[in-house]
Amino acid sequence: MEKRLNGKRLSKASRSGFINYGIVIAAFVILQLLMALGLLSNSLQSLLVPTCCYIVMAVSLNLTVGILGELSLGHAGFMSLGAFSGIVASFLLADAIPFAPLRLALSMIVGAVFGALGGVVVGVPVLRLQGDYLAIVTLAFGQIIKNIIMVLYVGVDEKGFHIAASSERFNLAEDGVAIIKGPMGAVGVAKLASFTAGFVLILITLAVVQNLVNSRSGRAIMALRDNRIAAESVGINTTKYKLMAFVTSAALAGAAGALFGLNYSSTVASKFDFNASILVLVFVVLGGLGSIRGSIIAAALLYVLPELLRQFGDIADYRMLVYAIVLILVMLVTNNDSLKALLGRIIPKRKGAASHG
Amino acid sequence: MSFLNNVITGISLGSIYAIIALGYTMVYGIAKMLNFAHGDVIMVGAYVCFFAMGNFNLPPVVGVLLAVVVCTLLGVVIERLAYKPLRAAPSLAVLITAIGVSYLLQNSAQILWGAATKTFRPIVDGSLTLVPGQLSISYVALLSVVCCIIVMVGLTLFTGQTKMGKAMRACSEDKGAAQLMGIDVNATISMTFAIGSALAALAGVLMCSAYPVLSPTTGSMPGIRAFTAAVFGGIGSVPGALLGGILLGVIETFGKAYISTDLSDAVVFAVLIIVLLVRPAGLMGKYVPEKV
Repeated sequence: MEKRLNGKRLSKASRSGFINYGIVIAAFVILQLLMALGLLSNSLQSLLVPTCCYIVMAVSLNLTVGILGELSLGHAGFMSLGAFSGIVASFLLADAIPFAPLRLALSMIVGAVFGALGGVVVGVPVLRLQGDYLAIVTLAFGQIIKNIIMVLYVGVDEKGFHIAASSERFNLAEDGVAIIKGPMGAVGVAKLASFTAGFVLILITLAVVQNLVNSRSGRAIMALRDNRIAAESVGINTTKYKLMAFVTSAALAGAAGALFGLNYSSTVASKFDFNASILVLVFVVLGGLGSIRGSIIAAALLYVLPELLRQFGDIADYRMLVYAIVLILVMLVTNNDSLKALLGRIIPKRKGAASHG
Repeated sequence: MSFLNNVITGISLGSIYAIIALGYTMVYGIAKMLNFAHGDVIMVGAYVCFFAMGNFNLPPVVGVLLAVVVCTLLGVVIERLAYKPLRAAPSLAVLITAIGVSYLLQNSAQILWGAATKTFRPIVDGSLTLVPGQLSISYVALLSVVCCIIVMVGLTLFTGQTKMGKAMRACSEDKGAAQLMGIDVNATISMTFAIGSALAALAGVLMCSAYPVLSPTTGSMPGIRAFTAAVFGGIGSVPGALLGGILLGVIETFGKAYISTDLSDAVVFAVLIIVLLVRPAGLMGKYVPEKV
């Protein structure tokens, strides 16, 4: 971060940003080529859209955890909000807009709006808290969202739109269609999501996050992270900038959620539980706090890795065990001085790996 | 009568939460870390007791003791191998390691003991009837409350009177200064993990006696709730953990009984958010103003 202060700041920052776009575009082109050549198995192809969603989740969470410096344990809650609002939106728009990509785009915008609303609702009161207390409240929020969607019934009939908090009060007409059915979640969803949409969403996310980080506001946000009191004393509005980062992050998570929800014919709220939030946090931390590129790579590798391990018969049962051990070892190796020194002797010059936490 | 029944259920559930929350709160107070693997230590404790009683036909007391011993060792080993090398690392790195340990315990349990749920045989059966047909207290509930009281009194005496307890308090205030006074900080932290894990084992056995299903993920949800209880009462504070645990248990039970069974989680966490907004350091936590 210190390097940002010297004269070459902008060129350096934007160069790094362009490399990120380049990586994503190259990956997209290569994957499309592989698909065209028929080299990608079906199971791998089915992973493409969720991987895109999780990359967006990781980059957006990095905005909260890495750039703003506040621990959030409920990022999947915003994803959940986006997923279910996106599903409902795509359903309601089905007749009005028959053109699927446009409907998908609008649903993702709706998802982002709901995510952002959730971000404001949680952010305004909660950003006054600090550290672990903020973390526990975001955790609580994630649980509340999951819990509420588990009892939510949404449907449409000729009388219009119905929404209820229990199956008894859900007086949908016989010919009506239920979109969200409480614990069963959303069923019969039209699968609109495509890899291209995921790719575009990642590019938009990168554009939003990188431009925010390299703007005046972004510098204010990072100043708050590095020293809140000093930042306040030079006139930075804490609430405004914290909220800006938090809500942007929530909106992107909402859009990712909408894409994720529209990738499956049915979605249940328990998919977006505490473990999902933790999964994204693991991507962010392993990729390196504040490093957008790290988040992209870590999310892509770590989301696909357990699925790849699934294919090797004997190891399949042990894949989560392997995952856990890898997680612990990476943390130990990157954060322990004596281990780092030992590794440095074996593999001379491991560039940059040590600087990320 | 149903009201009184709910109060009893709530307090006994809350006692279990309080015992778990103590583990969180003590570790947080001294090592300043959120030990996410704590919930899974509960699960290990319950499994040990389950096998001791079921496969080896040992009496319940021996089962509980065995669970406590195994978990204490487990807690110390985890601390030595996973957390100790990270003493100087940023807190997020420690948090992720704790999550890794949590996954490790859950998946090891799944491989060793299978993913299928097992039915836990309660360590004590039967119940005490107060008003025939209307009001009764199960012995498990009674035992939970008694255990909670014993643990609380014991811990208060321990931290207040013994040398080790004083060392713990010193470490939680200022590790550097404690070290200068000749306190072995590492040994103190290990001791904290040992006590926390022993309590987790006890809580695991009590919880599975009250709600007799056991699976590799049994510990995670009570773990999160107990962590909430610890924050609720003011993390780092021993009486806070008791208060937070009991209140959480009562709120959860009442939420289930009078609002909605499905929304009990939402009610619990909503109350938590409101409390934290009014008292940002929890009910009994000390609010430490930032020095400039």
